[in-house]
Amino acid sequence: MPAKTKFEVKLGAATREAFGRTLVELGRENQDIVVCDADLSHSTMTTYFAKEFPDRFFSLGIAEANMVGIGAGLACAGKIPFVSSFSAFVMNKGFEQLRVCAAYPKVNLKVVGTHSGISIGEDGPSQMSVEETALACSLAGFVVLSPADEVAAKALVRLAAAHVGPVFVRTGRLKVPIVYNGDQKFEIGKAIQVVEGSDVAIVANGLLVAQAILAAETLEAEGISARVIDMHTVKPLDREATRRAAAETGAMVVAEEHLVDGGLGVRVAQVVAETEPCPMEFVGIHDTYAESGQPDELLDKYGLVARDVAAAVRKVVARKR
Amino acid sequence: MSKSIEELQAICKRVRREIVEMIGAAKSGHPGGSLSAVEILVELYFDYMRIDPQNPKWPDRDRFILSKGHAAPVLYAVMAEAGFPDTPIGQLNTLRKLGSMYQGHPDVRFIPSLEASTGSLGEGLSLALGMGLGARLDGRSCRTYVMLGDGEIQEGQVWEGAMAGAFHKVDNVVAIVDYNRIQLDGFVKDIMEIAPVADKWRAFGWHAIEIDGHDIPAIQRALREAEATKGRPTCIVAHTIKGKGVSFMENNPKFHGTAPTLAEVVLALQELQ
Repeated sequence: MPAKTKFEVKLGAATREAFGRTLVELGRENQDIVVCDADLSHSTMTTYFAKEFPDRFFSLGIAEANMVGIGAGLACAGKIPFVSSFSAFVMNKGFEQLRVCAAYPKVNLKVVGTHSGISIGEDGPSQMSVEETALACSLAGFVVLSPADEVAAKALVRLAAAHVGPVFVRTGRLKVPIVYNGDQKFEIGKAIQVVEGSDVAIVANGLLVAQAILAAETLEAEGISARVIDMHTVKPLDREATRRAAAETGAMVVAEEHLVDGGLGVRVAQVVAETEPCPMEFVGIHDTYAESGQPDELLDKYGLVARDVAAAVRKVVARKR
Repeated sequence: MSKSIEELQAICKRVRREIVEMIGAAKSGHPGGSLSAVEILVELYFDYMRIDPQNPKWPDRDRFILSKGHAAPVLYAVMAEAGFPDTPIGQLNTLRKLGSMYQGHPDVRFIPSLEASTGSLGEGLSLALGMGLGARLDGRSCRTYVMLGDGEIQEGQVWEGAMAGAFHKVDNVVAIVDYNRIQLDGFVKDIMEIAPVADKWRAFGWHAIEIDGHDIPAIQRALREAEATKGRPTCIVAHTIKGKGVSFMENNPKFHGTAPTLAEVVLALQELQ
């Protein structure tokens, strides 16, 4: 998107919806695309694929560990399997199988977690996933993707299918503001600068990209020029975009709808520490579980809106030199 | 590749010797559950399975997954005897040593001819079902065999897989339970009873067959019966003896996960003449 034009908050489809639709397109293009689901197809939106390709859709019941194992076996048989559930379930209940059956033998398995983060709302913490990115990144060889909007979700799901090797895609329940034009190009491991700026860099992904753009507009009025970078690929991280942002702005904020422990923030901080150390602040969930509530109420209460990103920016800018 | 019973039994004896020698050389490993599975693996690799060791990735090959990955020595010895290009017989005694293709548990990174990396119990059946479903989608007639330990079926994932296998009628998959009655901490009945094993699989919708897992003709009959069974998968419950063939290892829980000493290796090899 062009920098410094007023960002208009226009809701697009949820990233899980974009995932479900894209899966159908992929299914039409490639006979080898198969899908496994654990009794949540109407929530993960794999139901669209199930309707059109019933022979290539495997309902596996409420049994995520077995689903991941069967998915890995299908990949060994030459298929391109997508296994899907809420992030909280597929990552936590399937983690051991993701480690031993997918990551370790480098199997071509695609894992899509939906209902990520606290923005699922009313269902509460047992269903909220705030740690899956850390877990996914701990799986050697996994690519970890976190789309900001429906355009990004569609593109990243396609890239996941085309990539040879295990991939995790983090999607959400909520309709989210559209960040990208339909013709935006995406590449695994290549961050996208969505707002130009020179005083500070805000690195964000998922829902926080739109909030970072809104924060940048507020800050501009205060005379702070904030760069916004969408780090849609958490792993492998775009080291060069990270280094350049640190070198050129000298202050960074990382914002994510995830525990600050082990998420995007620590990965960006590691690269900054290795290349161009600078003051950093982190917006995310701090060592707690959330609660039931409306998604916007929760994002507000747990400090994941533009206001919180802007506050972190003011703090980090004050720490510069 | 069809062989007589006598030829298969001769291979079993060589495999047993190799198992004892390689675990002795490694000074660690799992002899008991390797020795209990010898006849079943030899029958599969030398008689029943449609495989071509010279063309290990032939798409229509039958597949074998050793879900009880700690019994890796029996798989390595059988694959080495069968002549796979990445399982040289002369290297068996490098088992568990740095840089060896003979890793502590089967590892496809080191032996690409393996079908799966295993070692964390409970996971092989799900992998086998995925392979079976993939073969069915492609219209291939190949079959997938997965060997589970008896202690292993204490893992919940096995029963998730059992439900899924029957529900999706994955009749090109055969589970084989090496029912040797001993697990690491002792006798299965004292750790967590799993009986009645065959009835459990039947209750989950599988065809179940009970055999003596050291009786080669019985193994052959069971494999044929499994192949003839349509619309549901088959579980072969193979009653075996842990440590089979070495008197002081037989039915001895100590030899689940303890290597024989040099003196014990010598003694064992004498018995396996």
